[in-house]
Amino acid sequence: MPRETLDSKLTQIQNEIFLLGSMVEQAILDATNTLKTRDLKEAHRIYEEDAIINEKRYALENAIIILLATQQPFARDLRLLAAMLLVVNELERMADYAKGIAKININLGNSDIDIPVRDFQKMAEQSVSMLHRGLTAFIEQNPNLAAAIPKEDDLVDEMYTKIYHNTIQYAIANPSHMDEANDILWIAHNLERFADRITNICERTIFITTGELMEMSSNDDEEYLAE
Amino acid sequence: MRSTKLNGNSKIIAKSFNLFYGEFQALKNINVEIPQNAITSIIGPSGCGKSTFLRSINRMNELIPGVRVDGDILLDNEDIFAQDVVELRKRVGMVFQRPNPFPKSIFDNVAYGPRAHGLKNKVLLEEIVERSLTAAALWDEVKDILSRSGLALSGGQQQRLCIARALAVEPQVILMDEPASALDPIATLKIEELIQNLKKEYTIVIVTHNMQQAARASDYTMVFNMNPDRSGYIIEYGKTTQVFTNPREKITEDYISGRFG
Amino acid sequence: MNQPLTKQRELIRLKKTSREFKNKRRRFSQTIAFAIIWTLGITAIALLIWIIGYVFIKGFPTINLEFLTTRPAGGFDGEGGISTTIVTTIYLVVFTIILAAPLGIGAAIYFIEYANEIKNRNRFAAWLIKTARTGVEILAGVPSIIFGLFGFAVFVSYMKLGFSLLSAGLSGACLVLPVIIRTTEEALLAVPESYREGSLGLGATKWQTVTGVVLPAALPGIVTGIVLSVGRIISETAIFWVTLGGSYRLPQNLMSSGRSLALHVYMLATETRAFDKAMGTSAILIVIIMILNLAINVSSKYFQKRLIGK
Repeated sequence: MPRETLDSKLTQIQNEIFLLGSMVEQAILDATNTLKTRDLKEAHRIYEEDAIINEKRYALENAIIILLATQQPFARDLRLLAAMLLVVNELERMADYAKGIAKININLGNSDIDIPVRDFQKMAEQSVSMLHRGLTAFIEQNPNLAAAIPKEDDLVDEMYTKIYHNTIQYAIANPSHMDEANDILWIAHNLERFADRITNICERTIFITTGELMEMSSNDDEEYLAE
Repeated sequence: MRSTKLNGNSKIIAKSFNLFYGEFQALKNINVEIPQNAITSIIGPSGCGKSTFLRSINRMNELIPGVRVDGDILLDNEDIFAQDVVELRKRVGMVFQRPNPFPKSIFDNVAYGPRAHGLKNKVLLEEIVERSLTAAALWDEVKDILSRSGLALSGGQQQRLCIARALAVEPQVILMDEPASALDPIATLKIEELIQNLKKEYTIVIVTHNMQQAARASDYTMVFNMNPDRSGYIIEYGKTTQVFTNPREKITEDYISGRFG
Repeated sequence: MNQPLTKQRELIRLKKTSREFKNKRRRFSQTIAFAIIWTLGITAIALLIWIIGYVFIKGFPTINLEFLTTRPAGGFDGEGGISTTIVTTIYLVVFTIILAAPLGIGAAIYFIEYANEIKNRNRFAAWLIKTARTGVEILAGVPSIIFGLFGFAVFVSYMKLGFSLLSAGLSGACLVLPVIIRTTEEALLAVPESYREGSLGLGATKWQTVTGVVLPAALPGIVTGIVLSVGRIISETAIFWVTLGGSYRLPQNLMSSGRSLALHVYMLATETRAFDKAMGTSAILIVIIMILNLAINVSSKYFQKRLIGK
């Protein structure tokens, strides 16, 4: 009986966040697939539907702020709501990356450049898997599940590095296609950043339970520190 | 519960303190240190002994027949039960839940304490009254009506009068038992601001049922809970910021997020 | 629901009339009740006015400056005035109150403020206190003639104080002591505990609390008790009849005998033919009591205003 209102509203928001996550997952997958199909109409659609994701993000943020004002939460409830605000923000930025890929797709237009679609699709699929599990861990407030995910970012990073090198080599060999090569780099960059943000979501999941905010290190940091 | 020195200056220390109303044990094994020049709030469910503990610090419990204590409470490292209770209450003042100004003029209310302690010099008394009323953020409102009865003021003003009255005695510690619970929200906030100013010179301990007030207005928080045998004990104690964002004990967490029971 | 509309309307109309009927009946019984209460009230007031009016009408003619300033001269015709009786009454009241008030107030203060501590520690003291309080309760209801007889036996005869202000005062003090103790106790109990807590919390001693906060707050009630006692003393006859004597001379000192106003009325009525003078004296008595009541009301309002805030 106590805090039934708060609890039911928290559950509602959590479900909405999960839904938002699904929309983001779908967006990145679609954006990457249209790189293969070169369906520019589809790319336009993806670009415009980002607006729906933005709207949903603001609606969620509003709902969270209202809960903060009306329920005066403390301790775990407070941490949860603070984490939700951040996660919603991250998801919206991640959707922006998908939108960015669609835009580049449109810009590439009729170019005949050889896009490493297979690699992009692998990056996207890996990221979506991480995001899905990351959000599940968030909804379930399962810190152990969340803690295992950031490591997988290394896989995405490896794929990014490979694409990067390949594209640079291609650019050097085909200077006339410099702009398009740059676009390819941008797509790769977007996918890599997409995966990075999932780590932030996992950090917040752990914060909800333990009250501690910590950076979850990946190979990047270790390499940097080793130097 | 481990007793920890919090900022190095403990004004009040309770050691293995127990209190009994006849056969019934109201407080069990209280161990806590209350730091100087800070505001410590005491929260917890009803009936856990919060007010009882507060009233032990200035030995007001002795007014109740059949009260027995065991263990120590130290003020500046001196046993409060070994000193004269009148002297103790000069150093530890109290403000009560319902404002209780005497049926006397505002001036006589504030001057009551110093007069009781032997001060007769009119000039000094006037100084003290003005100083105390100023410190209680009431001087501007009453400086022209000092001869009016204290009961003619509004609830919030009456409570500030009681605070001024307590300050006039120049205590070192001020105990407050839910000082704002009988007041409207604006008056409540005024009292909270007042307390923030007072902590520079006084050590303040405040019992409150209002979680938001404890979170807003205190530096340290003490959380009381009830044993199965209905005696009270301290379940958690720490900095307010920590207790309200990331408490150590589950019972504290449940209590402050309103999920008790 | 298939009832014809007229039947429905019929039912509604019946319900309305039954409700109206009940209302009318209620109003009627209320009127009857008011009428009865008014009648009783007016009867009581009428009775009061009749008694006082009769006394005044019969008594005022005899009241003049001479009446008030000449001493009674005795005799079958009840010569003289009531000057010495007025003075004697004043002496009697003052002396009795001087004896009874400090004692009564002090006892009440002890019972209410201090006895609690002893009660818990010493069983004998607790029993003593309980007995004393029961005694006070009982004495408050004892007829005054018993105090009179007690006074006669102990003060007048045994202690050989004779018929005197001293004996009368002592007896009168015994009479009003329980009343003063009781009303003072009530007044003290009515003082909120929060005042005492507030005072003690400031580091005042118990005695300082009693004199500084409790007594001032209880003053209205205490004053009322004293004024009631004064009224009692003025009105009493039997008790002073057997302790004060009946001399109509001006009392010289405490050992002098004397005659209070009430006693004079009695003596005029029983030993002389001067019924009119008895009425006159009674009228004076009634006026004095009225003035006393007025004093209580005014001082009460004054104290209330002081307490709540000018």
